[in-house]
Amino acid sequence: MTRFLVPLGIFIVLVAFLAIGLNLNPREVPSPLVGKPAPAFELPQLHKPDEKFAPREMQGKVWLLNVWASWCASCRQEHPLLVDLSESKIVPIYGLNYKDQREDALRWLKQLGDPYVMSISDAEGRTGIDYGVYGVPETYVIDKAGVIRYKQIGPVTREALDGKILPLVKELQK
Amino acid sequence: MIPELGHFALILALFMVLVQGTLPLIGAARGSLPWIALARPAARAQFLLVATAFGCLTWAFVANDFSVVYVAQHSNSRLPLIYRIAGVWGGHEGSLLLWMLMLSGWTLAVSALSRHLPDTMAARVLGVLGLVAVGFLLFILFTSNPFERLLPAAEDGRDLNPLLQDPGLVFHPPMLYMGYVGFSVAFAFAIAALLSGQLDAAWARWSRPWTTAAWIFLTLGIALGSWWAYYELGWGGWWFWDPVENASFLPWLVGTALVHSLAVTEKRGSFKNWTVLLAIAAFSLSLLGTFLVRSGVLSSVHAFATDPRRGIFILILLAIVIGGSLLLFALRAPKVGLGGSFALISRESLLLMNNVLLVVAAGSVLLGTLYPLFIDALGLGKLSVGPPYFNSVFAPLMVPALFLMALGPFARWKHASLADMAKRLRSAFVAALVVAIAVPLAFGQWTPLIALGLLLATWIIAGSVVNVIERVRATGGGLLAQPRSWYGMHLAHLGIAVFVIGVTMVKGYESEKDVRMEPDDTVSVGGYTFRFVGVREAMGPNYRAMVGELELSKDGKVLRTMNPEKRQYLSSAMPMTEAAIDTGLLRDVYVSLGEPIDERAWSVRVYHKPFVDWIWGGCLLMALGGLVAMSDRRYRLKKAASARVVTQGAAA
Amino acid sequence: MKRLFLTLCTTLLCCSAIAKEAAPMAEDVQVEKRMVSISEELRCLVCQNESLAGSHADLAQDLRREIRQQIRLGKSDKEIMDFMVGRYGDFVRYRPPLKATTFLLWFGPLLLLVAGVATLLLYLRRRGRRVADAAALSTEDQQKVEALLKEAADSGRNP
Repeated sequence: MTRFLVPLGIFIVLVAFLAIGLNLNPREVPSPLVGKPAPAFELPQLHKPDEKFAPREMQGKVWLLNVWASWCASCRQEHPLLVDLSESKIVPIYGLNYKDQREDALRWLKQLGDPYVMSISDAEGRTGIDYGVYGVPETYVIDKAGVIRYKQIGPVTREALDGKILPLVKELQK
Repeated sequence: MIPELGHFALILALFMVLVQGTLPLIGAARGSLPWIALARPAARAQFLLVATAFGCLTWAFVANDFSVVYVAQHSNSRLPLIYRIAGVWGGHEGSLLLWMLMLSGWTLAVSALSRHLPDTMAARVLGVLGLVAVGFLLFILFTSNPFERLLPAAEDGRDLNPLLQDPGLVFHPPMLYMGYVGFSVAFAFAIAALLSGQLDAAWARWSRPWTTAAWIFLTLGIALGSWWAYYELGWGGWWFWDPVENASFLPWLVGTALVHSLAVTEKRGSFKNWTVLLAIAAFSLSLLGTFLVRSGVLSSVHAFATDPRRGIFILILLAIVIGGSLLLFALRAPKVGLGGSFALISRESLLLMNNVLLVVAAGSVLLGTLYPLFIDALGLGKLSVGPPYFNSVFAPLMVPALFLMALGPFARWKHASLADMAKRLRSAFVAALVVAIAVPLAFGQWTPLIALGLLLATWIIAGSVVNVIERVRATGGGLLAQPRSWYGMHLAHLGIAVFVIGVTMVKGYESEKDVRMEPDDTVSVGGYTFRFVGVREAMGPNYRAMVGELELSKDGKVLRTMNPEKRQYLSSAMPMTEAAIDTGLLRDVYVSLGEPIDERAWSVRVYHKPFVDWIWGGCLLMALGGLVAMSDRRYRLKKAASARVVTQGAAA
Repeated sequence: MKRLFLTLCTTLLCCSAIAKEAAPMAEDVQVEKRMVSISEELRCLVCQNESLAGSHADLAQDLRREIRQQIRLGKSDKEIMDFMVGRYGDFVRYRPPLKATTFLLWFGPLLLLVAGVATLLLYLRRRGRRVADAAALSTEDQQKVEALLKEAADSGRNP
């Protein structure tokens, strides 16, 4: 009798896994960069192309790096939240303008408001590769020592902001 | 009005299958004749109702009724008629209705072609099919109603995904679903047999042609899908080990094992439990495939828009149908007899070995497909299991299976002698060895893998030839006097060999070039020369196309013009590449248009793919083999003779 | 008119005879070959069900360019793979690395095969004994089975 129950047993285990699987997102790729120092770069600023910005300038501060582009539809969705956040002055947001035309990007900021302390142009997308960007928008929380502590894939939502990002920022700022 | 009629027909169908799925089963258990007699009329009424619903949805597509949400999402007024009809199964709801229509169709076929069955058996089989239909109709009505209205109606539809606007959509899904759903009949026979305790040779004989029929459809469906991907996706691949492809391949592997194990159960009365388990597994894997595609647990190119509610519903359905049948199996299997005895070396054990290999192969594909899910569910991270894994795991498992394939027909039932088989197959082995050494050398490149592929393929072909010669000589009846099922087996085995040759040759000798072409530039690949004439603009019914013109020639002789296209669909602005292919028995020449580089130049990709069509030709031969086997006269027995088998079978 | 047409044809033919060989898209065919073989092992992160080699996505093109560049810089295949994994995790590898969590994935098929064959052999041996016992118990039933099989063989005439 027991050996005839083996197929049923295997099936029950399988169903359990499938049930758990229903609540997971197979498309989300966790970043291996969390817990590692933010990759270094030196890129021109969006507003002042002659001046450069490098993340090491942010040593000692907790900051957000938000990857955005004017061609990205979901960036529009998260934008008001970022504008709100920048007005609250809790944490500085830096924008990595990813694979964009400078004019388009500037027009976009003019239209929708500029939540960024500074935007940096990654026209070639090379820095994006170093940060493991695969779907814009993405947002990184970087601590005082320059280590990436969290990565939000896709648009920042109210839940993500209140549930994860802001508590983490407050914790890191201590 | 018509969509409401369709919706109403579906609701009526649900009540009808509730009748079909309960009363005949109870009747069969209690011996109540009137209840048993309900099975057939209920099955027919069910088919009529589901067909009506399907017809209504088709009408909504043909008439461009964009007040139906599903139509508005999957069609467009500019869509050509044929794709408006095929568009019915271009999305989740409609394809589920197609699934249901197929199930009703198979049910109808069983009710019409089961006159030779005892009425209680037919009632049980139809009852089980009815229960499966209850699950699916509930699923359609509660989570995926294709008749839902959109108020106010849309001006125009969002259009069918351009990838789907292809003759492939017309044939591939119906064939595939016929196969998937066809295993429900083998499943219903198995459950009916378990319920009645009548697991015997007669049961195996009844369910064998049904299983073979489903297997034929599934084989053709998978082959069509692979061919479609080959010419549509624009880079000439034909199998990608995508989770959804795997989901169709799993029931095929287990179904193939089932076809072989049924042979033993029918002829020798052995492996009954195993055969029943395989019948349950084949259909369960079809259901699992449905779950994987429609629940979003795995990401796949084929996945439908997902809705967690649907996932939970199918999972519960899966748990009830499969869990229930496996429980029934555990309860009934211990009492089933063993059948005839046989030795360690015999056709029986060789067929069991074939089953082990096929099931292990299926298990490995299932493991690879679900492994990312397992790891993720256990919180151990994310990973991807792709073609490199499957190729390196699957191929080694197939080598012994292919080797044994030639051996099988030479083994006697009950007891076979290895020495005798080796003697009879010696010439086949020599032929295989010669081909494996010589042919790759003739093609100018010898590698162990190419040699192995050709060795196995020739081994199977030569083995079949020797077997045919031996048998015709021994029986003296000539070629035509041999049973069709035996020919069917050899044809199907030949199909596998042809398939293996195709895969081996195309992997070993294909060549491609990615070039920049201006008018009058030439590029050569595999002995063929393309001259780029230019690109012109053209309008299709619902797209704008850039049509390339290339002149194909060989040895200075112009063969034909080829017109690869780059299309831009008007409603979705989605770009599509349409490759141009010159198909030949021994090679395909394949060209696809890339991007424009400047005013005159385009990037163009050309491929030479030797023997690639043998891949699908092999599948066609397999299906043909199944068809020939099904037409064997012993499946067309008169009721009387068949009933005799039953009573004796029951006694055994 | 007809003559003119013929002349046109011959001119066209003559021109096609001196047409030049099309230039490969890749600057360096060897680099391209290695790039393709590496990127076939990588999963495109945007479409997720295409390899990096087959994908038309923007990011895939950028990553292919990156791979080409690294090949030209003389990086080994392993270094390039590590570069990718370092940024996107094991998820990008279509061939998962062998480690504790993938042990079952890589050795599962072999274990299944060994278990399958072992079960088969055990079953065949046990079955042989049980069939012998059963035959001794009920020769009557056995005769019925034989009769049934004979019938099947008569109508099927199979080997």
